Amino acid sequence: MVEQLLQSLSRFLPETTLTVALCSTVVVSLFLGRKSQATLFVALAGLVLATWFSFDQMGVSETIFSGMVAVDPFSVFFKLLVGLSAILILLFSLYSSEVQSTLHRAGEYSALILAMALGMFLMAGASNLLMMVLAIELTSLSSYILAGYTREASDSSEASLKYIIYGAVSTGVMLYGISILYGLTGATDFYGINRALTEESVNSVALLVSIIMILVGFGYKISAVPFHFWTPDVYEGAPITITAFLSVASKAAGFALMMRFFKVSFIDANAVGLPTGVWTSLQGFEWNKIVAILSVLTMTLGNLVAVWQNNLKRLLAYSSIAHAGYMLMGVVVLSDKGLAAVLIYFMVYLFMNLGAFYVVMLVANKTGSEDIDSYKGLGHRSPLVSVAMVIFFISLAGLPPTAGFIGKLFLFAALLDATWIWLAVVGALNSVVSLYYYVRVVRNMFLRDPEGNAEPILFSTPQLAIVMLLLLPTLFFGLFYSPMVELANASVMMFGIR
Amino acid sequence: MGIQLYLYLSAILFMIGVVGVIARRNAIIVFMSIELMLNSVNLTLVAFSAFLGDVTGQMLVFFVMTVAAAEAAIGLAIIISLFRNKQTVNLDEINILKW
Repeated sequence: MVEQLLQSLSRFLPETTLTVALCSTVVVSLFLGRKSQATLFVALAGLVLATWFSFDQMGVSETIFSGMVAVDPFSVFFKLLVGLSAILILLFSLYSSEVQSTLHRAGEYSALILAMALGMFLMAGASNLLMMVLAIELTSLSSYILAGYTREASDSSEASLKYIIYGAVSTGVMLYGISILYGLTGATDFYGINRALTEESVNSVALLVSIIMILVGFGYKISAVPFHFWTPDVYEGAPITITAFLSVASKAAGFALMMRFFKVSFIDANAVGLPTGVWTSLQGFEWNKIVAILSVLTMTLGNLVAVWQNNLKRLLAYSSIAHAGYMLMGVVVLSDKGLAAVLIYFMVYLFMNLGAFYVVMLVANKTGSEDIDSYKGLGHRSPLVSVAMVIFFISLAGLPPTAGFIGKLFLFAALLDATWIWLAVVGALNSVVSLYYYVRVVRNMFLRDPEGNAEPILFSTPQLAIVMLLLLPTLFFGLFYSPMVELANASVMMFGIR
Repeated sequence: MGIQLYLYLSAILFMIGVVGVIARRNAIIVFMSIELMLNSVNLTLVAFSAFLGDVTGQMLVFFVMTVAAAEAAIGLAIIISLFRNKQTVNLDEINILKW
């Protein structure tokens, strides 16, 4: 027993590192004065270490703490993704005027970002209903507070209140679903649920109700329609760094948990005559039709509403809803190919979406506005940053030769492979709609003359270096995508699934 | 008594909680309704736990209680910070951002 625990602890190193870093930031902010950036650097060091330790876990495949958390290529992939985006967010924070103007609270800021990252690391690996709830809660509770971080601005605390009300309700609904699932199967770990469903047939209506209720919780986390209402308000009200973090890492962790839950709990391990990588659901339970409907609703509403937005943060919020819809298409398939497509999309999405938010932040620092109108003539005032923004937008719209195109290509290929042709057609039509609102911003930047102040906007070298750090992968992976595809194919393996 | 009665009771409590969240406009009462939803979950878990003769469900209850307490603490903190800005806890008057 003790040996087992020690063995588990050694596999729990990334999470332990984050916990230690979290405590250190609190102590450091206590002793090193309240006007310094020291805590941001402590958090940065902790995250770099934790990401490095997760990198070390590549190739491991086991469950630790008696099946609570799985350490397998799939969870390691998402830990790396979350770690990398958290590191980038902390780098953004060094240049964000919202964070720098409230430096006396930087200790809380760094500690909460670490707590959020810890929750997401656990979400990536959770393989037990209890761990699932606790990981989601740890992430959500920290993000409620961070969304209202600039408490002097009343739209920030309003965003925070809306976030916690929607969050708490969907957690409640999800917990009710979990309690029904526990009653039906008598198990709380995903593998136990799978065994129980294989051995005896359960009441199919009760199973359907419980899964839909659990889907509400996932849908809220990944901001799928109709559980998306919090997204635009929170994205607009929260500090931009937090918005960017929520849009990438929080979504990635939600998808990781959702895919693991469905795949591990409902895979029919005894299905014969299927090629490897294709799978059928237990008890003829067609949950993926529900997810297909969610996916269509999510991308269509996200894209159509984004067309009407005038605030760039709000526009990017709806665009991120639409992207969640695209990625749900991969979850519908959930074969190895579908999973790999979602993983590829997330790698791409990390760079292009964080890049777009970073440019919005840089411009808002200088002009104090996030309105699309304030981008008029930006192409003449700050050519380099504007060109970068255009490339991020081309990538978000999914046009070659950027990485966004590769992401969409693999998603559609997986769909066509599984004969979900109508869904692929809807997805393609949606991409066309999305082009319209991205181009609207580009038009403002290059084809409109600046209103009033037309002086050039200058950025410091480190600020531009971060833009390049995000821009180069967006272009590079558009042309040389094979390393990305290989990593994704190696990472689809979950513990205990052939 | 069968397990059904407990399940009906918890379902009714859950529905009351949901209706409270949707219908009431005072943020504090909304949070009370959310607590009601979480407590109906606890009732279901305990009922199933006794029915199945398995303690895991009762262990889950403790964690749900902890989560509920943490959520309430943060929720009230956020309400206070909003009240300082706007002098109201009525959800209809909190509308700088479109709902």
